[in-house]
Amino acid sequence: MALGSDTQGTAPRPSFWNDPNKRSIIYQGIVVLIFVGLAAYFVNNTADNLEQRGIASGLSFLSAPAGFDVGMSPFLTYDASTATHGTVLIVGILNTLLVAITGIVLATIIGFIFGVLRLSPNWIVSKLCYWYIEILRNIPLLLQLLFWYFAVLGTLPSKRDSISLFDLFFLNIEGMFGPLPVPQDGFWMIGLGLVIAIAAIIVIKNWARKRQDETGQIFPVFWTSLALLIIIPFIAAAIAGFPLEFEHPQKNRFGLRGGMIILPEFAALVLGLSLYTSAFIAEIVRSGILAVSHGQSEAAYALGLRPGLTMRLVVIPQALRVIVPPLTSQYLNLTKNSSLAVAIGGAEIVAIFAGTSLNQAGQAIEIIAITMAFYLTVSLLISLFMNWYNNKIALVER
Amino acid sequence: MKSILFATAAATIAFVGSAQAGLLEDVKAKGFIQCGVNTGLTGFSAPNDKGKWEGFDVDFCRAMSAAVFGDADKVKYTPLTSKERFTALQSGEIDVLSRNTTWTFTRDVNLGLEFIGSNYYDGQGFMVRKDLGVKSARELDGASVCIQTGTTTELNLADYFRTHKMEFNSVVFEKADEIRAAYDAGRCDVYTTDRSGLAAQRSLLKAPEDHLVLPEVVSKEPLGPVVRHGQSEWGDVARWTLYTLIVAEELGITSANVDSMKSSKNPEVLRLLGIEGEMGKQLGVSADWAYNIVKQVGNYSEVYERHVGVNTPLKLERGINALWTQGGLMYAPPFR
Ligand SMILES: N[C@@H](CCC(=O)N[C@@H](CS)C(=O)NCC(=O)O)C(=O)O
Repeated sequence: MALGSDTQGTAPRPSFWNDPNKRSIIYQGIVVLIFVGLAAYFVNNTADNLEQRGIASGLSFLSAPAGFDVGMSPFLTYDASTATHGTVLIVGILNTLLVAITGIVLATIIGFIFGVLRLSPNWIVSKLCYWYIEILRNIPLLLQLLFWYFAVLGTLPSKRDSISLFDLFFLNIEGMFGPLPVPQDGFWMIGLGLVIAIAAIIVIKNWARKRQDETGQIFPVFWTSLALLIIIPFIAAAIAGFPLEFEHPQKNRFGLRGGMIILPEFAALVLGLSLYTSAFIAEIVRSGILAVSHGQSEAAYALGLRPGLTMRLVVIPQALRVIVPPLTSQYLNLTKNSSLAVAIGGAEIVAIFAGTSLNQAGQAIEIIAITMAFYLTVSLLISLFMNWYNNKIALVER
Repeated sequence: MKSILFATAAATIAFVGSAQAGLLEDVKAKGFIQCGVNTGLTGFSAPNDKGKWEGFDVDFCRAMSAAVFGDADKVKYTPLTSKERFTALQSGEIDVLSRNTTWTFTRDVNLGLEFIGSNYYDGQGFMVRKDLGVKSARELDGASVCIQTGTTTELNLADYFRTHKMEFNSVVFEKADEIRAAYDAGRCDVYTTDRSGLAAQRSLLKAPEDHLVLPEVVSKEPLGPVVRHGQSEWGDVARWTLYTLIVAEELGITSANVDSMKSSKNPEVLRLLGIEGEMGKQLGVSADWAYNIVKQVGNYSEVYERHVGVNTPLKLERGINALWTQGGLMYAPPFR
């Protein structure tokens, strides 16, 4: 301690038991001990009981043959004769992520559109959006999924008279079929083109910002970027001699096989999830926009900004600060709700791993624990990402 | 709700002490049997128009109840999908599972279950729409197939197509109703499950006569009741309830004549009905346990004909489920 008349911190040291810091360390230590003890007791007791009831335990089932088919596996070839329960887990995870990501992107786009239109001065537009939101928000999701799957997609034409678009795309009760792009030698050129395009866009964006700061002139960054994104990879493809071929679906005795296919189970799930969630997002967006004080737009108009620009440059950036936190929980909901796929023959982790694998291998505890760990990880990752984004757009105090 | 079931399963397994009193005593003290049945499979187990559970599998629970309580109605039913059934039994949510369940090695050995016998010998079959023109399962290469998850069906299906170097797309559902709706809508070309199940499901399709069950039987499906591993007394009651049904048919005892059979000259009949010997006591139930089963539920043939036989919508012949004396597989060890 410092010398002199400064009396702070020179109070006599409290006795060991009276020191709040030490005491709290001791209490926390006791809580940890009790927790660890209980956990050990449960694990031990569970293992005992499982053994006594003759139920297998451990993780070795992950490398045991699964022996069943999983309906949908777009990212890796799943062969029922070689697949293990571990393969089923991976397919389940990939399928869940696919559903979650497509669902989140769609729900966000649709939700933003309806949220903004809901505030439209046009009475009909705003009323339509109101009904869209109210109807979707107030019907249980499971019911909506069943509706999309059985009532809508279930009435698609039979395989004999499928709807065809330019003889390239076909739609029938088994799904939507289209040509599957198969990369050939030299496909990397296109990837390279894409990388160059992105690099160019970043450069242009920085240059445009600087120029605007200096001269006040606005450069059409968006359209230039879009053009670059299409033209450069296209030139690369042309140089490489268009290294892409298409596998078209073929007719067999039962229907169309091969090519690219979107299964009705997947379509119904993504459609149901994203429409349902979009209604909530629309409300979040609306409240976010309303939270931005009216004076802000008035000030923007006074500066001569058009309504579209005012929305984009003044209102939305401020609204985002209100929108992002509740948006995160909608994303989490959507991801977790994807487990309702079991009702409509979907093939995500709960259906095939926590469902079929659990039943065939019988190891409920391990399988449920793995599934929960997966959901926890995904939820944490989404939250982390959204927190990062939220900080990025937060008000910068000067 | 599924996750709740699994979570309770996990929780009970984590909490309960390892010492377990005999389930038979517990059930007697509780006053009823909790029986796991199908959520709805016509003829095997389905609620009737008064909401009362009925069917071939339901009658097994009723027979056990007659044996334990002298009253066939002391049963509570838990409807289970194929996926839920084993967890429900493992966790102790039900006392016995009577739900067209195939006896397999893995289930018996690895899942902590105890199959007590088979009350219906079945095999897996395929059903298709007649207008497809398919006459044999060997012509199904490239077809899409509707199946129920958590069954032997999905395993056999993969095996069968692999053996015959054919390909298939599966459409997997959890409940039979969903499969039926999807199959009826034309989402898949083939509906495959146990042939008894096919008969039941076919009778519920929009136009049953438009559909055809292909001749191939691609697997062995010995269906039977299941109890938990390690519950041997309770397992004995279940096992000998099943054999009582079979042996009663063999000895010609029916619900109609069981009273007059009490004065039979056949010593096995007298032992079975509790007039002589003390089988009931050895089993831990009353002396007239077998009498009660036959009186209140009937013998195997009565149960069969009442729910799934040729005079029901399922129209199933006895076939290999006839008594061994008539060329079938139904055989009970001697009651002595
Ligand atoms: N015997 C097979 C299949 C049993 C099974 O679940 N069958 C289906 C198809 S007949 C069923 O009973 N479904 C009725 C339902 O779940 O409602 C097994 O034990 O795995």
